[in-house]
Amino acid sequence: MSRSKEFAALVPDGLKTGGDPVFAEPWQAEAFAMTVTLHQAGCFTWSEWAETLGAEIKHAGADDAGGARYYAFWLAALEKLVTAKGLASRGDIDDMAAAWRDAYLHTPHGKPVELPAA
Amino acid sequence: MSHDDHDHDHDHDHTDPPAETALRVKALETLLTRRGYVSTEALDAVVDMFETKVGPRNGARVVAKAWADPAYKKRLLERPTEAIAEFGFINRQGEHMRVVENTPRVHNVVVCTLCSCYPWPVLGLPPVWYKSSAYRARVVIEPRAVLSEFGLKVPEDVEVRVWDSTAELRYMVLPERPAGTDGMGEEQLADLVTRDSMIGTGGTRTP
Repeated sequence: MSRSKEFAALVPDGLKTGGDPVFAEPWQAEAFAMTVTLHQAGCFTWSEWAETLGAEIKHAGADDAGGARYYAFWLAALEKLVTAKGLASRGDIDDMAAAWRDAYLHTPHGKPVELPAA
Repeated sequence: MSHDDHDHDHDHDHTDPPAETALRVKALETLLTRRGYVSTEALDAVVDMFETKVGPRNGARVVAKAWADPAYKKRLLERPTEAIAEFGFINRQGEHMRVVENTPRVHNVVVCTLCSCYPWPVLGLPPVWYKSSAYRARVVIEPRAVLSEFGLKVPEDVEVRVWDSTAELRYMVLPERPAGTDGMGEEQLADLVTRDSMIGTGGTRTP
């Protein structure tokens, strides 16, 4: 199976047009890429991932029949696995998200937004 | 919010932070990269495939429909945001779309001189060069030279128009329908539309 088919197979049918997966916004592509990369690095198995994502989607029930919130569930599942595997804690993620928000608010428009060095 | 907020300019003192979901994704990316679980190169490789293969397919379908269906083309030029939304390609940040049509007399090209505003819903993720300061600065000053570096020779008698995107308004180029495509269906036509032809830095494929 080619890499592109392998990735395409991970995206549910509802989000594809003409057989291609579609991302509505860049963060969705980034969350998708992180999941694929962590899996390839052996951080979790694909069945662990499918189970975690499945639980998030099931939890929402019929709320998301059209799949519009699919990547919100994807992100929630990714955070759950990342914390469960001890790669980062919930607090780490909260703090880093706050640091990024701060960096945006202190960067003039048009300049690249960068975090202060770790 | 003021009643004329569609006219407002960029606020230069800060950059609006993205939505909470996008911030959390950035946070994860930073943490996992710093801790060595993922590399930016590996992430880029995955994203790159989608940037070149996936996103622009949306725009290609819009262009193909405009070529095949004059009534749709009229809607697309007059009310682009709504016409594009007919496909379900909706910009959740709420920016407006404008579609600029190439003709035998006019060639359009899109840039964002300020940052890298891009019509995500129709074109996916912007290519690296679109975000480069070289492209952003030069295409405005010497568009013909930049286009020829992309391998696109625009005849002297064709006017080149450069459109500068903003946070509120995103542009997409409607390329000319290639010759020899009479009788082709939308699906076949869409295969001729390249990402760069919708930015204006490249041509369409020929059948």
